[in-house]
Amino acid sequence: MMTLSFLQTPSAAQVPGLPLRAGLGLKNEHFTEVLDTCPDIGFFEVHAENYMVAGGPFHHYLGLIRAQYPLSLHGVGLSIGGENPLNREHLARLATLIERYQPQAFSEHLAWSTHGPVFFNDLLPLAYDVAALNRVCEHVDQVQSTLKRPMLLENPSTYLQFQRSTLDETDFIGEIIRRTGCGLLLDVNNVYVSCINHQRDPLTYIDALPLHAVAEIHLAGFAEDTDSLGERLLIDDHGAPIDNAVWQLYEHVLARTGPVATLIERDNQVPAFSVLLAEAQQAERHLSRGRP
Amino acid sequence: MSLLEDFAAALLASDQACPAGLFSSNGADPASRFAVYRNNVHGSLINALATAYPVTLQLVGDEFFRAMAGCYVQASPPASPLISEYGATFSGFIQGFEPAASVPYLADVARLERLRVRAYHAADALALEPQAVLQQLQTHTELGTLHLQLHPSLATLDSRYAVVAVWAAHQTEGAIATLNPWHAQGALVLRRGLEVKVFAIDSGSVAFIDSLNQGAVLEKALAHALEASAEFDLHQCLALLINQAAITHLSLEHKVSP
Repeated sequence: MMTLSFLQTPSAAQVPGLPLRAGLGLKNEHFTEVLDTCPDIGFFEVHAENYMVAGGPFHHYLGLIRAQYPLSLHGVGLSIGGENPLNREHLARLATLIERYQPQAFSEHLAWSTHGPVFFNDLLPLAYDVAALNRVCEHVDQVQSTLKRPMLLENPSTYLQFQRSTLDETDFIGEIIRRTGCGLLLDVNNVYVSCINHQRDPLTYIDALPLHAVAEIHLAGFAEDTDSLGERLLIDDHGAPIDNAVWQLYEHVLARTGPVATLIERDNQVPAFSVLLAEAQQAERHLSRGRP
Repeated sequence: MSLLEDFAAALLASDQACPAGLFSSNGADPASRFAVYRNNVHGSLINALATAYPVTLQLVGDEFFRAMAGCYVQASPPASPLISEYGATFSGFIQGFEPAASVPYLADVARLERLRVRAYHAADALALEPQAVLQQLQTHTELGTLHLQLHPSLATLDSRYAVVAVWAAHQTEGAIATLNPWHAQGALVLRRGLEVKVFAIDSGSVAFIDSLNQGAVLEKALAHALEASAEFDLHQCLALLINQAAITHLSLEHKVSP
């Protein structure tokens, strides 16, 4: 059954959004370099929570950079997959930030980060059952009606599965998108990390997603560990260059979707801006291959 | 207990227990994978504290700092998704942290670093140009009843230790050798433009600035300052505030007629 917000808001993939180019996560250590060199980049993305401050350099620089580039606002603290009601104060802060910077896209995660009084500062996994599906859909509806725009939901990277789950992750995501009209932020690195960790085929996983709803792609690097059996355990740490396997998977996605706005994410061990720019240019080469 | 209640409790628990109801598709022990979440939570919060308290970290070393921050994370996990605000009670925790007692000024250095983060993100406000302040001061005949409104980023700290000297010594190489931390010092922290600045001030200046910040008129603030220290130098303190563009507004007290 379709909910009201689907009827009220056009689906995210149809809204004029980010340019079909490569973008970069904006790090504060690169503020002045970006303004001084005006790099040829499709868009910048920032974590919404970092800009929920009263004033100072963060707003100063983001204002200047926003005047020159399209912007994607990426939330990490809404806890859409949580069991608690959404934090209305936080949602109001998001609305204020969106009003101020008019980003071309707003995205959040299929995960939880708050439970009871504690914020865990991590994207934590949920069991995929009907109760969770209803809850997440209500939360996405609430976000979209408060922000008066469609949001994008990002597929998670996970290390464990819940015995209680009764739905596949891809079906769970497909149903949220069908019911709420939100878009899909397809994190290709998350697909690869989760599929290796759960012994799934990444191509099959991708093909089971509602690819028509993909409005943005994330690419990032992972760290590698081993579990109690000594088997590969990939950790989504955003601290390394993008792996070849992820580039190949990206190529597979683009063949199915056509060009999609693609973000290079690096949040740890942030290298020189030129290194990130080179990764963005590599993504642009993949994107241009898909153009007519 | 709900499913996530169990998961959430285990993330912060001091034992390494893994919540029930989880599995790995390859049959690996779920505890070995749950540890990734536990490490991510603790690691990200400890890293956030390390970023906000760089000199506190240098004073005790990386290993000690991370262990101390880990204890704090368990005792006081964040209550808000605004991580820039996390750690507001860290200096108080350090004060009572027995293993750090051999560095008695550690908590005050942490307080100073907290004020720097606060100043960095504080609201913007247009400061008066030094010339404009001087002009206004010269035209007012009743200076004692003046209200000085200070920049939202501005805060002070009173310490039994040379907290600014300790902090400053860690901003430049080789300055630590001559450092004497064993005397009282106050700190003034403010943001000028985009830059956070730290000044050493005396206890009279701390009292004076705190009084102004609480809305006292100039003569009352002066009285408080002289109570705190008979050697308080009004001229020097005002000059610092004016030259650092710390004053955003000047107004005369509105006297209510009887």
